[in-house]
Amino acid sequence: MDHSQKRILMAKTGLDGHWRGPTIVARALRDAGFEVIMIGMANTDDIVRAAVDEDVDLVGLNIGGHINVALRAVNSVREARPDVPIFAGGTVPPHAKKQLEALDVEVFPPGSQLVDIVAAADRLTGRSAD
Amino acid sequence: MHDIQQLISAALDGKRAALARLLSVIEGADQNLLAIESQLTPPVGEAFVIGITGPPGAGKSTLINRLVPHALESFGQAAVLAIDPSSPFSQGALLGDRVRMQGGEFGERVFIRSMASRGEEGGLARATSTAVRLFDACKWPVVIIETLGIGQVELDIMNLADTVLVVLNPGWGDEIQANKAGLTEAGDVFAINKADKPGAAQTRKDLLDSVSLISSKSMPDIMETVATTDKGVLELWQAITAHHARLISSGELVERRHNRQRGLIRRIISDQINRLMDDALNTEEVAMLLEKSTVGEVDIHKALHRVLALMNR
Repeated sequence: MDHSQKRILMAKTGLDGHWRGPTIVARALRDAGFEVIMIGMANTDDIVRAAVDEDVDLVGLNIGGHINVALRAVNSVREARPDVPIFAGGTVPPHAKKQLEALDVEVFPPGSQLVDIVAAADRLTGRSAD
Repeated sequence: MHDIQQLISAALDGKRAALARLLSVIEGADQNLLAIESQLTPPVGEAFVIGITGPPGAGKSTLINRLVPHALESFGQAAVLAIDPSSPFSQGALLGDRVRMQGGEFGERVFIRSMASRGEEGGLARATSTAVRLFDACKWPVVIIETLGIGQVELDIMNLADTVLVVLNPGWGDEIQANKAGLTEAGDVFAINKADKPGAAQTRKDLLDSVSLISSKSMPDIMETVATTDKGVLELWQAITAHHARLISSGELVERRHNRQRGLIRRIISDQINRLMDDALNTEEVAMLLEKSTVGEVDIHKALHRVLALMNR
């Protein structure tokens, strides 16, 4: 048994209740051998605490609601866990995508392929070298 | 190893991130687990360890979410270890207990950690007992462990917790289910959760009948709860702490903790034996013998004895 599974936190920012997207992504990551910790809808404090306490290797944010909420979550996670990469998905408009990318967050807007998301998780957690 | 020592002293110093990292380290490799175990001696054993078990979907996570405020009121701080299953196919896991345990308003006073079972079959993860010892050493006064949703035999929690809460629902089985070995023998306290659904009275009756025949145990409390509305949760918490108090006054707590140490040693040794066995099975020599035994050229006993000989080397 491989004891080096990577752990990924999946959280929803804002009050948007659309669960299908993050659930499908979490499932794909699980099937790719990751341990995915779901916290559902969460405020910034909850996300930061989970990122620290769960000692995750990657944080995935499903962006719902206002982009400023997501940006605040990104900045707070960076402060608490500067070593942890962040990727994001959801209904992210182009201007918001740019803002997230400026913070070094990889963004998967609608239409993204699950294989690409899994490949990014592999790369960002250092599971693959590509 | 040096890193681990630094992490341990930082964690003992109250550094949360260091404790979080140690919890990953013990999940990572058995030698880390042993290294940390050996540095936590003598065992501290101050924390009250509560195990919560029961079938999938019984409401274990939701109940824990409701019990945590009471635990905080009694003890000031609370750690939660939530175990979920790993896929036997991908080794991945979806750890979803945290969804029902937000508890944001409690801030730093609650430490929730999700753990994947990683192939363990007893309802816990391999590193769970060491994780409990870590929380204990770092002065977390209560550790609440949520097992996998279990069936009838995954009862490792009995050897780890001071008080075991079994969560069931109305309509759970019948008197035959209640009298089968396993789950009903493991409980120190029972909660019939979702008690607003029909059948709670019958489930209580079946449970009572079943546990009354277990001569070695005193009659456990059977509580009724509706976790989603908080109904009966305070009474459940009181039953849990009353059991704990009885354990202390009767001296049974010491006995349970001796058993826990015994279980720990047993597990470490059986892990080592398993590893030796796998190493022997993976040798070319044994592979060849197995191949021959499949087509009847060699007696299977010969392969067996060879594996045993290799393990004894």
